[in-house]
Amino acid sequence: MPLAVRFRAAVSLLGRFPALAGVDLDVGMGEVVLVQGPNGAGKTTLLRACAGLVAVASGEASVLGHDLTRDRRAVRRRIGLLGHATFLYDDLTVADNVRFAVRAAGGSASGPELDAALARLQLDGRLRDVVVARLSAGQRRRVAVAALVARRPELWLLDEPHAGLDADGRNLLDALVVAAAADGAAVVVASHEVERAGAIAHRAVTMAGGQIHAASPGPPAAAREPASVS
Amino acid sequence: MTRRATNILGLVALALVGTTIGMGLALPRTVEQHEYSRMIAIHPPLAWASYVSFGVTALASALYLWPRTRSRFWDLVAGASAEISAVFTALTLVTGSIWGRPTWGVWWVWDARLTLTALMLALLLGYLALRRVPGDIGARGKRSAVVALASALVIPIDHFAVDWWTTLHQDSSIERAKDTLGGPFVAAMLVGFVAFTVLYAWLLVLRFRVEQLEDRYEVEGLDVALAARRAEALPLREPEVVA
Amino acid sequence: MFRDAALVAGKDLRIEARSRVAMNQVAPFAVLVLILFAFALDPDHGVLVKAAAGLYWVAVLFSSLLAVQRSFAVEAADSARDGLRLSGLDPAGIFLGKAGAVAAQLLALEVLLGVGIVAFYDTRLHGAALLIATAIVATIGLAAAGTVYGILAAGLRVRETLLPLLVLPAVAPVLLAATRAWEVALGQSADNGWRWVQLLGVFAVVYVAFGVLAFGPLMEES
Repeated sequence: MPLAVRFRAAVSLLGRFPALAGVDLDVGMGEVVLVQGPNGAGKTTLLRACAGLVAVASGEASVLGHDLTRDRRAVRRRIGLLGHATFLYDDLTVADNVRFAVRAAGGSASGPELDAALARLQLDGRLRDVVVARLSAGQRRRVAVAALVARRPELWLLDEPHAGLDADGRNLLDALVVAAAADGAAVVVASHEVERAGAIAHRAVTMAGGQIHAASPGPPAAAREPASVS
Repeated sequence: MTRRATNILGLVALALVGTTIGMGLALPRTVEQHEYSRMIAIHPPLAWASYVSFGVTALASALYLWPRTRSRFWDLVAGASAEISAVFTALTLVTGSIWGRPTWGVWWVWDARLTLTALMLALLLGYLALRRVPGDIGARGKRSAVVALASALVIPIDHFAVDWWTTLHQDSSIERAKDTLGGPFVAAMLVGFVAFTVLYAWLLVLRFRVEQLEDRYEVEGLDVALAARRAEALPLREPEVVA
Repeated sequence: MFRDAALVAGKDLRIEARSRVAMNQVAPFAVLVLILFAFALDPDHGVLVKAAAGLYWVAVLFSSLLAVQRSFAVEAADSARDGLRLSGLDPAGIFLGKAGAVAAQLLALEVLLGVGIVAFYDTRLHGAALLIATAIVATIGLAAAGTVYGILAAGLRVRETLLPLLVLPAVAPVLLAATRAWEVALGQSADNGWRWVQLLGVFAVVYVAFGVLAFGPLMEES
């Protein structure tokens, strides 16, 4: 089984600035990995490089068995990225947004499936047909999570996923991540909320200066043993 | 190309341009155009050079977009050539206007060739504005190449459009203006063609070299930047344990 | 590709149906341009009737700029490219979908402006077939060219000022050809109108093909 993420000495440039300065990282299927580190360490760029949004200029990078240095587009339908931006359409309703995200990934969004995805984030009922522009920041985040979950990605890339969510939303998200990993999806979480994200992660790595420096064993609070890394 | 060869090319270019100007000034006055007939030594050659340089930009852009021939070289050639093309195109319009004033009685006529040249200048200015937008070099190269190629594709359509349009509204005054000019005029014009082509080649080499130096500065800067980026981690080298 | 195109076009038109920006802002703007032309040119001396075709297409051209800008503004503010890329949609499909939605909105606008020149400029419509054929083919070309330059400018900070500089010279032949064809259809000229339609057709084919091929590289450029 291929690794979900396999980076070797990967360098990514933002303009002339090497945001990733030689990253080595392995993430297995079914594994939840926490990436921690100070602001500007390169965590966001790492996730964007995994999603193929930022080119890997040198080194090796493959995601779900695809070589990103050759084709960055092929795997996107199988990846879900929750970033600082929610990528939602302000003028569409909650249900329309989720439906579009699912169909874009090649899935069919029939009524029951869509309802189930919305229900998981408690977006059914009144909120379902509300235009996204009218939602609060936290609610928009929930819609973004719902769209991600409904796409059933094999690799989840979460950038500060807890930011802006209320306690309820955080618990929902954590439960979804644990369930997805149990189903075999790989999850990479970049977060400053080390305790919160550490609780669902199998192991944690520390980024600094565009490199991964320390791989620490899973925190005691980890829900399960790390999945085998093949 | 070595510095020495470039300098020789430059000397040849300047000598040829000088000869062209000399031959042009020595041309006799004509009855219809008076002094202005002498501009035949530089106006058509300028137009020619502007078309050649535009063509080089389009060709280099296509080679840049084609995966097998993609290299920074073609992007730099396209950019350098487009800048020179913009200058030549503007000079073509200016000399055309100066020529047109006594010949047609107005500064500007909606003649097919003038209109096409003006459109070309507008396309070039858009292209150069796009190249100036800061950002990732690879991204800029691809973006600019796409625009250059799109512009090149539009030129033939422009050609038919302005041709049909102008023949509809006016008879071809240029054809009449270009009456029976004798041997000295043709000779001066031909020397002009060679002179401005060589001048273009020289300017292209110079401009390309400046861009190449800027490029090298960026590549060498990258190693420094990588080292600096890695050094950011020094205070944090100690493995951290998750709380 | 066509499935993705239908998906994107449907989404863009749904956004327009909800936000009504084209209807409430672009359409009034276009009509206003027609009225301003009347102020600029003396309506009493038949100048407007003679220039109607040209003024009409200039108004369409300006509106198409707004439509293209709007088309990329709806893609999640400044991360337009990221959202589209993450969606996993086929780039050629995105191009056809976005251009299709822009074309549909422009065609609706053109009907409105057509009524406008009849009402304000006292224009008589003669060759209906030529009028409609010109409008459709020219609109496809405008939408395709606009969408190509739209994605190109979408990620840049200077997009509002750069877009017209790139689009207007490129679509100049559309203005020229569509105006000449309409002059024939409006009875202002005895030219052969259909050859202009053919030229517009070539333009449309070139830009549609170009967009299908170039959209992928343009979206993946960073």
